[in-house]
Amino acid sequence: MIKKPISSGHPKPLPNRRSALRAALAGVGAFGLAGCDRLSNNPGFVKSLKSAQYLSEATQKLVAGPSAMAQEFSEADISPRFKPNGTMMPGDADYRDLLANGFAEWKLEVDGLVEKPAAFSLAELRAMPSRTQITRHDCVEGWSVIGKWKGVQLSHVLAQVRPTAKAKFVVFRCADSMDDPNADEDSTYYESISMSEARHAQTILAYDLNDKTLPVANGAPLRLRVERQLGYKQAKYLMRLELVEDFRDIRDGAGGYWEDNGYEWYAGI
Amino acid sequence: MSSPANPATPAARSPIAAADATSASDPAAARKASRTIYRHRVPVRVMHWVNVVCLTILLMSGLTIFNAHPALYWGQASTFDDPWLSIGAVDAPDGGIRGVTTLGSHQFSTDGVLGASRVGNETRKTVRAFPSWSTLPSPQWLALGRNWHLAFAWLFVANGIAYVLYAIFSGHLTRDLLPTRPEWAGIGQAVKDHILFRHPTGENAKRYNVLQNLAYLVVVFGLFPLLILAGFGMSPRLDAVFPGWVSLLGGRQSARSLHFLATFGLLLFTFVHVFEVLISGVWNQMRSMVTGWYTLPAAKGDKS
Repeated sequence: MIKKPISSGHPKPLPNRRSALRAALAGVGAFGLAGCDRLSNNPGFVKSLKSAQYLSEATQKLVAGPSAMAQEFSEADISPRFKPNGTMMPGDADYRDLLANGFAEWKLEVDGLVEKPAAFSLAELRAMPSRTQITRHDCVEGWSVIGKWKGVQLSHVLAQVRPTAKAKFVVFRCADSMDDPNADEDSTYYESISMSEARHAQTILAYDLNDKTLPVANGAPLRLRVERQLGYKQAKYLMRLELVEDFRDIRDGAGGYWEDNGYEWYAGI
Repeated sequence: MSSPANPATPAARSPIAAADATSASDPAAARKASRTIYRHRVPVRVMHWVNVVCLTILLMSGLTIFNAHPALYWGQASTFDDPWLSIGAVDAPDGGIRGVTTLGSHQFSTDGVLGASRVGNETRKTVRAFPSWSTLPSPQWLALGRNWHLAFAWLFVANGIAYVLYAIFSGHLTRDLLPTRPEWAGIGQAVKDHILFRHPTGENAKRYNVLQNLAYLVVVFGLFPLLILAGFGMSPRLDAVFPGWVSLLGGRQSARSLHFLATFGLLLFTFVHVFEVLISGVWNQMRSMVTGWYTLPAAKGDKS
């Protein structure tokens, strides 16, 4: 697994984070704040810590409303290199086949709670009205890069499939497995955002980065840009959008690959 | 209930001399000078200790977050090859690793603490900016560090707002925190007294001294707001409150640097604060911040 927002200089988390933490805690038991670490290992306590994100989300939505725009920059501000993070080259055979054909056979499926499920080719998406934006990408690790994105507004795509009244979230299904692609357990990257966030003007499905076709390392052929949230929400290697009423039944139920690993679903902070 | 400080009593320009004179000429007055007063009211004491808990947790979980990308930049975006501060590890001749801190173009060996340190009882060093004994949680676990940080940030801000409102409306600010004109005039003497570790005694110990006042004011109205604002400047959603406002801080990466620097400003204040408590009668000071009751220190040479 590479697509972890913990920087590359650090040891990879062990498959079982709980046991890794226990092992590490055994070594630091003597220290004064071991009590805090014990609390860190208490699921109920961590859940209450994490509930602060609802307060943050509500407050932030109050001061920066649904249509408030993220800062946009000038050409001069664009970073010399848009640092890729997480998966740089999916190892999944299906993706490799699509890549080998220049994504000619790739289609973005849009289904779930919609009146007209559809699948769009790259050419069809490129033929739709586009939006270009120079925005700052903020990784949860702390670094930022500025890049110029071109893509179709998600609101435009949604208008064509017509979400039903029950649809509350858009779930983004990606091509890249975070663990061994051949393992039994599905570890493909996924993410989800609210309908309000999905309809924001700067929420686009991007196919170009800095006036060039989106590179594989940055999520070719199509990735999400949801500019008022952190980097891990910007799902790469998009394959399918699924409109759902809630995401509790998907995988571990937290609404995304990193969310299932402890990160907040609301990544506006 | 005696007030923590009496604005009607002008502070003496030379507290030591004044107190010495009292104790030498009139033993009864000296005893009076060492009486116990009610110094810190309940809200101040509660908010002080809530703040201690919050800042400890925020500092340690903040170091966990810093460790996820241990480099700082100025501007909107990261210039990865050119941080103004970075903490990392290099290969050591013995085949292991050596922790180094790079400030501008200067590299310092900070092995064992910054850059590379031992986690618990491990024999081999691990690459990590701040050592595990200083972070919360102690293993490098960004998600959990954020959980702690973003929850206690709320408590810290709520406590801070409550304190400022209390200070303004109770009169604590004008009565105890803002220096009086004579105190401003005596600032030179106060600096001299601090350097010589001379602490006010008797009546003069009733009030915070002028340097103490200034330190508290800088922390409450300077460092804390900067820390909070720079924290807001890192939030992609708060960026959208007014597009471009983060540029006023110099950009998001500058905001991250300022957040870090303000933290270390605060840490410096805390070291001095704790040091002053330790050398000015630790039991008396701790009791006053727990129970509220503070015994005015008697002047030197006075046995009572």
